Parts: sequence; structure tokens; C-alpha cells
Amino acid sequence: MERILALAQKAADEAEVYQVASEETQVRFEANRLKQLQTNQSTSVALRVIKDGRLGYATTSGAVNNQELVNNAVETAAFGAAAKFKLPGKSAYPKVDIYDPAVASVAIKDMVGLGEAMIAAITGHTPGIICEGGASKGTVSFKIINSRGGQAEYRKSFFSLGIEGTLVEGTDMLFVGESDSSCHPLSDPQEIIKTVLRQLDLAKRKAKAPTRELPVIFTPDGVTALIMPLMSAFNGKTVLEGASPLRDKVGQLIFDKRFSLSDDPTVAFRTGSRPCDDEGVPSQCNSLVKNGIVKGFLYDLQTAAMAGKKSTGNGSRGRGGLPSPSSSAFVIAPGDTTFDEMVQDIKEGLVIEQLMGAEQGNLLAGDFSGNVLLGYKIENGKIVGRVKDTMVSGNVYTILKDIAAIGSEAKWLGGFLQTPPLYCKGLSVSSKG
Amino acid sequence: MPEIDAIARSLADALKKPKADYLEARFEESQTSHIIYRGRELESIGRSTASGGNVRALVKGGWGFTSFNEFEKLPNRVALAAEQAKAAGHSKSNLAQVEPAVDTVPSGVKKNPVTIPLAEKKKLLDEYNEIIWSTPQIQTSNISYSDSRKKVIFLNSEGSFITQERADVTLRLTAIAAKDGEVQQVGLSLGSRGHFSAIEGIHEQVREMARHAVELLTAPQVKGGEYTVVLDPVLAGVFVHEAFGHLSESDFVYENERMKEIMVLGKQFGAPLLNIVDSAAEPGLRGSFKYDDEGVRAVKTYLIKEGKLVGRLHSRETAAKMNEKPTGNARAITYRFPPIVRMTNTYIVPGTATFDEIIADTKDGIYVKNWYGGMTSMEMFTFSAGEAYMIRNGKIAEAVRPVMLTGNVFSTLQNIDAIGNDLDMNQGGGCGKGGQSPLAVSNGSPHIRIRHCLIGGK
Repeated sequence: MERILALAQKAADEAEVYQVASEETQVRFEANRLKQLQTNQSTSVALRVIKDGRLGYATTSGAVNNQELVNNAVETAAFGAAAKFKLPGKSAYPKVDIYDPAVASVAIKDMVGLGEAMIAAITGHTPGIICEGGASKGTVSFKIINSRGGQAEYRKSFFSLGIEGTLVEGTDMLFVGESDSSCHPLSDPQEIIKTVLRQLDLAKRKAKAPTRELPVIFTPDGVTALIMPLMSAFNGKTVLEGASPLRDKVGQLIFDKRFSLSDDPTVAFRTGSRPCDDEGVPSQCNSLVKNGIVKGFLYDLQTAAMAGKKSTGNGSRGRGGLPSPSSSAFVIAPGDTTFDEMVQDIKEGLVIEQLMGAEQGNLLAGDFSGNVLLGYKIENGKIVGRVKDTMVSGNVYTILKDIAAIGSEAKWLGGFLQTPPLYCKGLSVSSKG
Repeated sequence: MPEIDAIARSLADALKKPKADYLEARFEESQTSHIIYRGRELESIGRSTASGGNVRALVKGGWGFTSFNEFEKLPNRVALAAEQAKAAGHSKSNLAQVEPAVDTVPSGVKKNPVTIPLAEKKKLLDEYNEIIWSTPQIQTSNISYSDSRKKVIFLNSEGSFITQERADVTLRLTAIAAKDGEVQQVGLSLGSRGHFSAIEGIHEQVREMARHAVELLTAPQVKGGEYTVVLDPVLAGVFVHEAFGHLSESDFVYENERMKEIMVLGKQFGAPLLNIVDSAAEPGLRGSFKYDDEGVRAVKTYLIKEGKLVGRLHSRETAAKMNEKPTGNARAITYRFPPIVRMTNTYIVPGTATFDEIIADTKDGIYVKNWYGGMTSMEMFTFSAGEAYMIRNGKIAEAVRPVMLTGNVFSTLQNIDAIGNDLDMNQGGGCGKGGQSPLAVSNGSPHIRIRHCLIGGK
């Protein structure tokens, strides 16, 4: 890396070298049986340069030819965007615990055992169900250095466990599933099993949804459908472009007074956490909504400089491209209503666990709609069965402005979102049959 | 770049003396460039190179797979894959027989799109962006261009040694209009098997796209419910991919007895006018290739013929276990992944009706065009139109907000009651499955009409 930096400094005014190396081991079950063991090793290097005030960029993975990498980056700088920012110099980083050496020593046979335990419990409960899933573990090493003396590195461990079940009856298909991830090893599959068995129990009976407006409880998994429009609206780049509906709303009460949202990459042992972002800017917890009032947006270096703000430590390389603002882990503050109390409060309504196609709506405007892949009907305060052939649509800003209740039981989803259930007053429901 | 030819050759002998029932290796090297605009300004321009490989082994029905982009100690990688397979395997290995092939397949592109000067690419994109921005009430635009050239070498313990090259070009443009707090967007996706010329000269389409985004600002939203819908070739292509294509991927069927009952060959899925094909053997499309990532020769596979299920998509393993012929549909997006059963170029075979006849024959309904997204859960599917217009008394009427269509595949296929004569293949799509996305595929169809389709709305 140092050699690439030295070469790049000869050809350009400023330079930054970013390297990510990962090792991963997966145990995969298919059709209720152990099917595949897999290991992946990968290293990639990205070089960002500033030459004559413009940004150039090149990446390489596999065999690295240092000079070719530098040449590619410098070539693109002739056409690149004007660099409005300065690379960060030496910085102090918060201590964020994300590495547990115990992950590396988890034996393959124990990972196989976890998969077998999940499948045995689920197939024992519901004969005929076909499960796939498994366990995965690994480490990621991150290092960044730049021509202004900035330097950051960290190592992260991860472990994930997941199972999906498909139950086919006639042409009726039911999909259930649950997963969990952590920087610690996961050794107990009981919570995952419990969740899946509960889904199977609730879905056993069928129920019909009417075509009209209904109250809806989004379980934490269901809330993911509402999060995408918010991720886009709080992205500093969307704001800078004037495309975010929240662009001029800082300090205003836009959401329900009980609704608070932050982006927090500093929570210990969560897979989305890290001490610095992909530009070497220190991580911090950013408040986005506090008691319904919009507090701010997420920025990387370039976007912040263009907007006259400071980077919030949200520069992300996504798929290996130039950094751009991105949320690390959205955290929605829990409320005081239990899930059971929400259900009891509803005369006729829906519980939504999985909404298919929600990301296809007009995200910028906050519109979403989707097919209820896994959801239940509530009648007179009780879940009475699974709904199908049902579509819901709504607008995130409308429903989060006036929320019926916020759940007290928050759950982590894949390290990128922690949320309680949300009980929304009225969503448009269309149903067939 | 590393000499992946030499690396592959050095491994060929080791693979022929396998410590497994079956062994294969895949090596890959690629170059890409991309240009991205957010708004008026060019946001990102870059070049990348990548190389890597993998070894996959099969022992007693269990697979071992190891991917890497450091090429040292390759014999150890082979041994690791074999050990993994041994630990996973507890039954019997079963792969469909295919003739080993030794072949070299060039990209078929005269001008490598990656080496076209960045200035030339940027000039064209600037022209398109200028058209979008010159449209009144346009708030902003997004443009994402990328190209790639890739060489893949496949070899296995049966003596296959196949080198294939390909090139790709993709372009996605989005125009975003805003007024009084309303925001609407319309997108356009194009792709080509490496020919830069395929994305040149679309100025008029770009102008129309921007105009339509503005038009949507004042368009009403339809009421949710059941409608008769007429789909344009782009959206009908997404429909056939989502609603039926994924269901015909046999990795979902081959070990599931109940799925086998649903997908039994000969079963009537639609009216006799319905014919659906998947074929990587069509020349020059984004989903085309000569050999799949298991070294199996591509063929044209009828999935539905005259409304009846007649075929499905296979890997060597699923074909053997279902006792059917391999179809060459095992594909991997990069060396980091094992091949899984995927579509290639999937389309509804054209019928006889003209587009005008279909619309004239539709009293009331919605004409839906263009693609925004799509997903399937096998039984249920959703896909989103980029544009929508009411059909009133056999005529296309006012524009309405884009809609999302959803339904149950089994009833929806039965509800297709008109198929046009105007097949068009869309090259702009990409498919995701098992974490491997976007895979180069193409979808196509003529205009089709579906009765009783569920549409989300107010």
C-alpha cells in the first residue's frame, strides 16, 4: 500500500489507498441436508487521486500491478469531478468493539451442528417443509492511508446464522425464515427456531383481507420496507440535489413526536459498526430525527464540502466505487407498547412481516407498495391467520407523521437496522378474491 | 495481469487425477470502466481490473467450493475443496453426462468497449444529460454507464478446457421531475453484448423520458384493484422472467417432492397461445453464451409450448437428479460464487395480433410500459411499470402514475388472452438470485394482455 501511495504521489497532487481483505467460511444446507462447504478469500485495493483539482479513481482485486493502478487513476482524473474536500489528516478514532477472536476458532462441525439443530426443530414441527440456510463466519481487515498523513485500520469478525423454510401445499407456498448476525460467534439457535415456529403456527390458518384502508402493524422485519425511502431522504447527496422531501425541514416537526431515528456505527459487536468510515473519517452517532423533529443528514467528505457541512463519517464505498454518503446502522428508538398490546388494540387489521417489492415504489416521494409475502389478519384483537394475494400501499411520511404506537421490543436486522414494531393507523389494502 | 492461461494449464494435470468424484476450476480476469452522473455534474469515473479463481469439488453428493484472488499454492486450494466436499457429502454424486469440450470462444466484438477513450464516452453522456436538463421542471438526473471485458477459463476433471471472452455495455438514465413537493421519476435501461454503438443515437428516447417524468407530476393515481392490463414488450419481458422464469429454475424443484407435483411436465399453465422459451444459444444477446459455467453447451429450451409445461432449466446436478437433459443454465456472476441455475434470454414467443388490434379490442384497462423493478417468491410476483396510461373504449387515454402489478403466477399465466406479433428483447436488465446480482440476462416479449391483474393504488 505504501508503495502505491508513493507512486501515486509522484503522478498526482493527493492520493489515498484503501485496502480490504476478507476471509469467509460458509456451511450451507439445502433441502434439509448439508450441501456445501465454502471458503472465500479476497483482497481488493482502491486508489483515489486528486490531480489538478480533479478526482481520479481506480480499483484492482487479485494480482495487483501498482503502476497500472496508478495510471488508471490518473487517466480518469482528467475527466473527474472537481475535488471540493481535503483528505483527512491524522485523526483520533473512537473505540468500537467489533472483533472477537473466538469467531475464528468456531469449528466447522459446530457450524454444521447449528444448521442441523435448526432444521431438526423446524421439520419436526412441520413435516414436509423444505429448509435451506446455514452458518457463515469470517473476518474483514480494513486499512486506509493517504498523502496527508491520515491512517486508519481495523479488523472485524462476523458470524451469521439463518434458515428459510418453504412449505408447499397444492400450489400454495409459504415462506418463513429468520436470521441473526453478530461480531461474536452465535452458538444458540433457539431464538431463530422460536421465531420460525411462531411464523408457522400463525400461518397455519388462512384469512382474507378486505380491499380498503386498514391499520397495520409492521414487525421489525416488516419495517425494512419503510426504511428505504428514509435512507434516501436522509442521504446528504439527495438533500444537496434538492430531491429529498426533507431538504428544507431541519428543525421542523415532520414525524410523530414519539419517533426518533439515528444512524449509529459505534454499537459494540454489531456487524454494521466500525471505528471509521471508508474515507478514514471517525465514526459518530448521528441523530436524524429527535422526537419527530428533523435534526440533520448524512455526509461523506465530498458531499459535505459541496453542501457547506462537515462529514458525518458516512462515506461508504458500496460496491467498490468512489465513496458516497450511506447509512451505517439506522436505529429507531423503541416506544412503550408491546406487540401484544398493539394486536389487542385492532378490531380489523394486518400484521406485516415481509413485504415483497417495496423498493419498487417512488422512493424519493416516500411512496411504497408491495405484496404481502408473509403477513397475518387481525380480527377483534387476535391474529386469526395468514393473508395472501394482498397488496398494501402507502406513504412513509404520511404514516410516520401520525403513528398509532411504537413498539417496546426492538430487534437488530442484519446489523444495518435496529427497530421496534410500528403500528400504523391506516394503509391502503387491495386484496384479490 | 496474471497469466490465467498459464495458471489454468498448470492445474489441468492435477485436475485429471482427482481426489474427488468430480473437480472443476474457473479462472477469470476482467477490466471495467464506469461513468456516473448525479445531476449535472459527473460524480464518479473510474477504471478497475480484477482477477481470481475458484475450485469446486464433488464427493458423495456434497460440494466443496473455494474462491481466491491470490494464486499461490493452488494445489492446496484443490485439496481444500476436495476436503470440504468430503465433509459435506453423505449420499451419491450424480451429474448429467456431457461431452468434455476443448474450445476457445472470442467475444465477437470488434472494438473492446473498455478501451474506447473516456473522452468519447463522456461526450455522449454529456449530450444525453443536456437533453434531460433542458426539459423544464426537471429537478435532477442520474446516469450510470459501465462497460466490461472479461475472460473466463473453465477446466474440469473430465478433460474440458474452455476459454470464453465477452464484453458488455450497460447504460441507465433517470430523469427526476419535481414541483410543489411532488417528485416523479422515469428511467431508461439499455444494454449490449459489448457494442458501444447500441447506446449511441438514443437522443429522442432520452427527450421523451424527461418529458414523461414532468407529465407524471400532474398525472392522477389509479385506484387499487383488478384491471385488464396490456403490457409493452419491456414489461412483458420482466413479467415472463419474474412470474414464470424463476419457477422453471429446477434447483428449486429437484429435491422438493411437492414442487415436483406443481411443476410436472405436461401440465397446462396457460392458454394454447402461450409459448415461453429460454435460450442462451441466440446470437449476440446479453444472456447468450456458448458454454455455461459448468462447461455445458447452451441450447434453446422450450419451457411452455401451447400452454403446457414442457421443460425447465438445469445444472448438471439437477438434470441428473430429475433424469432430464442438461440445458446449460448453470451460471456464476464471478469467480467468487459457485454456478447456480439461472435464466439466460427468456421470452414469450410472438403470436399474430398487432398492438393496435390488442388495444382496440380492450374496452377498459391500463396500458403499462417500461420497467422499474420486479421480484418473485415463485408463487407470487410483483413488478413495477415505469409508465402507465388508461385504456378507454379501445383507445389509449391519459397518463397515470406508474403502477405496481402483482399476482399469483398460476392464475396470471392462465389470464393471458392476447399475444402480439412484435417480439422485442430488452438488454437493459440484470437478475439477482442467491446473492449473485446483477447477472447479465435479457428478457423479451411481444405486447400481451392479461385479464384480472391486481394493481396497487389508493
